[in-house]
Amino acid sequence: MTALLRDTPPAAPPEAVLRTVGLTKIYRMGELEVPALRGVDLDLRAGEFLVLLGPSGSGKSTLLNILGGLDVPTAGRVYYRGGELTGASEAELTRYRRYHVGFVFQFYNLIPSLTARENVALVTEIVPRPFAPEEVLGLVGLGDRLDHFPAQLSGGEQQRVAIARAVAKRPDILLCDEPTGALDCETGKLVLMAIETVNRELGTTTAVITHNVPIAAMGDRVVTLGDGRIVREERHRTRAAVETLQW
Amino acid sequence: MVKALDRKLLRDLAQLAGQVITIALVVACGIASYVTLQSTWVSLGRSLEEYYLDYRFGEVFVHLKRAPEEVRRQLEEIPGVALAYTRVVEGVTLPLTGQPQPPLAQVVTLPGDGEPPLARISLEAGRAVEPGRADEAILLAKFGERHGIAPGDTLPVVLNQERRRLVIVGLGTSPEFIYPIPAGGAAGVDDERFAVLWMDREAIAPAFQMEGAFNDAVLRLQPGASEAAVLREVDRVLDPYGGFSAIGRARQASHDVLDDEMEQLRTFATVVPLIFLAVSAFLVNVVLARLVQLQRPEIAALKALGYHDAEVGLHYLKLVTVVVLLGALLGVAVGRWLGAGLTGVYADIFRFPVFDYRLGLRVPLVAVLLSFGAAAAGAVGTVRRIARLPPAEAMRPPAPGIYRPLLTERLGLPRLIPPAWRMVARELERRPMRTLLSVLGIATGIATLIVGQFSGDAFEYLIDVQFSRVNRETLSVAFHDPVPQRAVASLAQLPEVRRVEGVRAATVRIEHGHRYREVPLIGLADESELQRVVSRNTLQPVPLPPGGLVLTRTLGEILGLEPGDTAVVKVLEGARETHRVTVAGLVDELIGLQAYLRLEELNRLLRETPTISMALLAVDHGGEAEVIRRLEEMPLVASVTRREEVIRRLRQQSGESMAVVTLVLTVFAVTIAVGVVYNNARVALSLRGRDLASLRVLGFTRAEISRILLGELGLQVLLAIPVGLLLGTWLTAWVVSTIHPERYRFPVELSPRTYAFAVLVVLISSAVTALLVRHRLDHLDLVAVLKTRE
Repeated sequence: MTALLRDTPPAAPPEAVLRTVGLTKIYRMGELEVPALRGVDLDLRAGEFLVLLGPSGSGKSTLLNILGGLDVPTAGRVYYRGGELTGASEAELTRYRRYHVGFVFQFYNLIPSLTARENVALVTEIVPRPFAPEEVLGLVGLGDRLDHFPAQLSGGEQQRVAIARAVAKRPDILLCDEPTGALDCETGKLVLMAIETVNRELGTTTAVITHNVPIAAMGDRVVTLGDGRIVREERHRTRAAVETLQW
Repeated sequence: MVKALDRKLLRDLAQLAGQVITIALVVACGIASYVTLQSTWVSLGRSLEEYYLDYRFGEVFVHLKRAPEEVRRQLEEIPGVALAYTRVVEGVTLPLTGQPQPPLAQVVTLPGDGEPPLARISLEAGRAVEPGRADEAILLAKFGERHGIAPGDTLPVVLNQERRRLVIVGLGTSPEFIYPIPAGGAAGVDDERFAVLWMDREAIAPAFQMEGAFNDAVLRLQPGASEAAVLREVDRVLDPYGGFSAIGRARQASHDVLDDEMEQLRTFATVVPLIFLAVSAFLVNVVLARLVQLQRPEIAALKALGYHDAEVGLHYLKLVTVVVLLGALLGVAVGRWLGAGLTGVYADIFRFPVFDYRLGLRVPLVAVLLSFGAAAAGAVGTVRRIARLPPAEAMRPPAPGIYRPLLTERLGLPRLIPPAWRMVARELERRPMRTLLSVLGIATGIATLIVGQFSGDAFEYLIDVQFSRVNRETLSVAFHDPVPQRAVASLAQLPEVRRVEGVRAATVRIEHGHRYREVPLIGLADESELQRVVSRNTLQPVPLPPGGLVLTRTLGEILGLEPGDTAVVKVLEGARETHRVTVAGLVDELIGLQAYLRLEELNRLLRETPTISMALLAVDHGGEAEVIRRLEEMPLVASVTRREEVIRRLRQQSGESMAVVTLVLTVFAVTIAVGVVYNNARVALSLRGRDLASLRVLGFTRAEISRILLGELGLQVLLAIPVGLLLGTWLTAWVVSTIHPERYRFPVELSPRTYAFAVLVVLISSAVTALLVRHRLDHLDLVAVLKTRE
């Protein structure tokens, strides 16, 4: 990661794991320019549980993808622990994702030909000091489904495998894009509980995207995006328990 | 106005350009090989039939010692015989300069008007023989061409021990001698060593004591007559006149070889295209099936919009049609071009006065329909599967595929391989049929390359055996007439000559029962080093046992002779005596049919003092020119031949055609290998793109995911190598089995170089193809792949 430590960001609060300054993303579709982000300034602090709310097209997925090193901004800067991500090479971004970021997607993105344990092992084999696959799968409540293939698991179970796979590397940041989007409410709760457990017990900085307003109550902080800008920011004194959520 | 659905078709095609082109090329290979070989076969068959008809090829042939002309009436009275044409056919030799052994020739008589009712001559140059001229002849065109003899030239002949000079007035061919083989068949006699001389019967008959008599007859049968019954009757009628067995057209020497050749061509024309068509069908099937699978949400959307299943099916059939049509256009064009060329080559060899290459409609139509059928089956099957789903379900991503632990894991073996490689292995195990077919496809490429290289290998093998084990002299010297053995000693006096050996060769007819063959009988000295009898199996020289003949094993099998049997040997030169000789042994030889005898036994048989007809010289390097000069000054010497020169000529003649065959097959093989690997890679990429993108998101590097995808392809290529080598060896064995056994008997001897070449070509094609796909892999859009639901 040394290559990422290019220069010191302006007055970064010490507890900020990720920090964006004037983040702008414009998609070019032929001659048409579609702005997805228009100057977003956001800090993600160590250990916090951030919920990103917003209707579709508000730019939340674009923001998450840039934070995770899957996409690059058109303008503005991204700092990770004081080093600059913006302008990092493809290889550096790969290393960033490999060692520091855990992803969870709406459609799980499990490898169908590998069992739950193996899907997790896929990650634990390429990073130093990972959790044992069995341990993280136990953490998300799948200790008894280790050798099941994705086809033998329900949607909620598949998503929990994806969470286990994301946290097994002990990431600094866990990024979840609509993790409950493809699930019913009850199953969705199980998934959210798993994410919450990871955040609370491992202290992993977590950002969750959702368009479900009630879910926001479980976060430390809620940032609402609209039309590529932050339109509201709200801090919770206490986080609501997942069991009490209803949507 | 292009309909929206057709617009989609055009865009799909543009997007799939790489796959469309590689599949179309494989389809083109299949169609081209089918069109080439089938059209050649059909055109040749038709040309041959027309030639036979126009020039009145006979249906029954019989040779005898001598019968008075009146017997012809008896032949014509046999029920079923429409016409009997009698003539005189006699063997002569042509003491041409420059020939180590004088070529053989058959004199075939013509009636006074030069127009026989059967077995006519197609005159290529010059004119007919004038009646009453015993010094004029029409020469077999092929022989004339080989030796540069044109109308107006003279030719020396030894006719009943009498040397004459004939004026060649014309060059011609007849249906009997399309393949120039003397009646009875003599292998080791090619168109350079066998001639036919058509001469006026009245004028030449006295020279053979055949006035008012005949020794050969050609018959035409009435429609519906029983050939077997006629043959029996002819034998009965001619028995008192020393008749050999009458034969039907099927056993006529030239027709027999032609028939073999046509049969070989027919087999090739069936089997080879079948392989190419099968591979292309498989490819098209797999790729289109996958393509349609990828369009599952679109098919669902079309159905939701109200399109019928049939309309959706038709849409994908159009895609197939474009791919197959592209391949068909190219394939038919290339096939037509190659077919016309190949037919021309055959027509040249056969010397048809007219041949027409016609492609017709049937052959290309069959090829295109076969390809289209296979392709359509692949696409339509998948469309039907998807169309059966309710649109709403089809729009949802398909459930994850069902996988199982690997066989080794199920058996409880430790999990040694990392998960990434387990992905590869399980993928291959999950689709065993596709894996098997891919492996077979690539293996076909390897096999095709091996067969393509085999002709070169066989040729080198032949050169090695024939010119470093059998014939080992520097120079061979032919004499006008046989000379005393002591000539060897005087030749040894020449400067730089290390060793001289004498050989006595005579042309004989060996008979056993009703079977016979005309072959060279070669007398070799015991201590013979420069020409040896070599076993094909051991490649070791076989010493000639005393007290009998050694025959090429194939000759023994044809005549039904085994060691201990007695053969009838009729010497076709000098006093033309007939002897009974014991067969002492058989030897597996590579080329031709020969008989061997120890030199002194042959001299005894021919009732001559120690005599040789040929001398073989080993000359020290650098001394050849001087020795040749001195030899050519000797009046007894007819010709001097350098072994190196013979090898050079052989290489020159065969090298070119072999290079073409090898090139065509290599192009086909590379097309197959690239087609299979590229399309497999693209299919794998579309199948696994999401998995691989997920891995990239998890932090896998480009190199790591490339290894996974290309590892899968590499594994298939590796599996294909042993299969391809085996398949290639079998295919070669099959090709060898179609070679006429009387001429060559090749062992399926493939060099490590050939195997290595085949493997290398396929590896390189695969690697280049893999790089193309790797390029795509490097540009995988991570975000987009994660967004699109499969």
